[in-house]
Amino acid sequence: MDRKPQPYDDIPGTTVFDAQRARKGYHLNQFLYSLMSAANRKEFLAGEHAYLAKFPMLEEQRQAVMKRDWNTLLELGGVSYALAKLAFTDEHSYQYMAAEMTGMTQKEYMDMMIGGGRSVEGWRSKKERGEA
Amino acid sequence: MARIIAGIGTSHTPAIGAAVDNGKTAEPYWAPLFKGYEPAKKWMADVKPDVVIMVYNDHVNAFDFKIIPTFAIGCADEYPIADEGWGPRPVPPVKGHPEMASHLVQSLVLDEFDITIVNEMQVDHGLTVPLTLLFGSPAAWPVRVIPLAVNVVQYPAPTGNRCYNLGKAIKKAVESWDEDVNVVIFGTGGMSHQIQGKRAGLINKDFDTRFLDGLTKDPVALTKIAPIEYLREAGNEAIELVMWLVMRGALGDGAEEIYRFYHVPASSTGVGNIIIETKDFHAQRAKKSAA
Repeated sequence: MDRKPQPYDDIPGTTVFDAQRARKGYHLNQFLYSLMSAANRKEFLAGEHAYLAKFPMLEEQRQAVMKRDWNTLLELGGVSYALAKLAFTDEHSYQYMAAEMTGMTQKEYMDMMIGGGRSVEGWRSKKERGEA
Repeated sequence: MARIIAGIGTSHTPAIGAAVDNGKTAEPYWAPLFKGYEPAKKWMADVKPDVVIMVYNDHVNAFDFKIIPTFAIGCADEYPIADEGWGPRPVPPVKGHPEMASHLVQSLVLDEFDITIVNEMQVDHGLTVPLTLLFGSPAAWPVRVIPLAVNVVQYPAPTGNRCYNLGKAIKKAVESWDEDVNVVIFGTGGMSHQIQGKRAGLINKDFDTRFLDGLTKDPVALTKIAPIEYLREAGNEAIELVMWLVMRGALGDGAEEIYRFYHVPASSTGVGNIIIETKDFHAQRAKKSAA
């Protein structure tokens, strides 16, 4: 079933984790939740596909996990707080994951933050940006 | 009679906890932030509350996706520290107040707030980072903590208005508890930030400033901010600010701001800290310092 459009879909560069995405992402997010245990992190890193096969996820979700394709994982129902556990398993930070999602380098992202962050001007609406 | 004496608003960014745990607080990136929290830490050491009600959100640590409670109160004796994916933070376990917590649940449910009861759970940075910021790094936390977890992970979070009214009901519940204890209530999370998607890194200082101003000038106006406005104007994760409205609702009319600090960035977050004393407690403190 196609996604039913929501008013917040107009916010650019933002994937709101709502009920529709939560349903699609349920097993993906439960996999990510399993990475809270050190033993599971070790097992996952030792054989990613075999570990992922234990969860009834979509194959495209498994592929996106192995590629660390963060924005696709958001589209496929992953929620950022759970995705962060994958970044932590790789010994990266939230900030690393956020920078990857923007397509900026770590340094560019960090410099933007130190400079006061991304301004909301121009980032309020897809319509305003000509993206919708 | 128990009483709420003050509210603390504070961000709970995990990187702040990591900076303390890894001894980085004096580094140029972090030093201004920790300096900015010094007055609040001093206030806390001075006031020494008996109980903290910690309004925070779990970040997929205590709760996975099997059960997502909108409002949950911890009624346990003790809360272990969660391993969020990099090992548990090296901080002491959190001591609860099961008797008072159960009383709050009873009072709130009879007041028509349908609270989920949690008798066992681990707590994550949402709860421990505010403790670290306000109480430092003691061998044991000097207060008992009643965790109140709010769902902000799956949209929609409860509205600001609902949170504010929950705060009012908490005030009433606390005041009907017989023990003579001073309670400080925390609203945590925020302020503006977004940690996902191509728009990650969004900060809106004007929005945050208006929010801090509104907490004492016109809290009712803040309760009218629609969920989509938080997301659009202040970032996807700024919705956490509704938890500050639980805190504000619990302070009653005429509460006084006595300290404020704002700093960008901690990781991807606009960090805010505010201390608001209730009208009665503020008058009592003023009298004491005049004497």
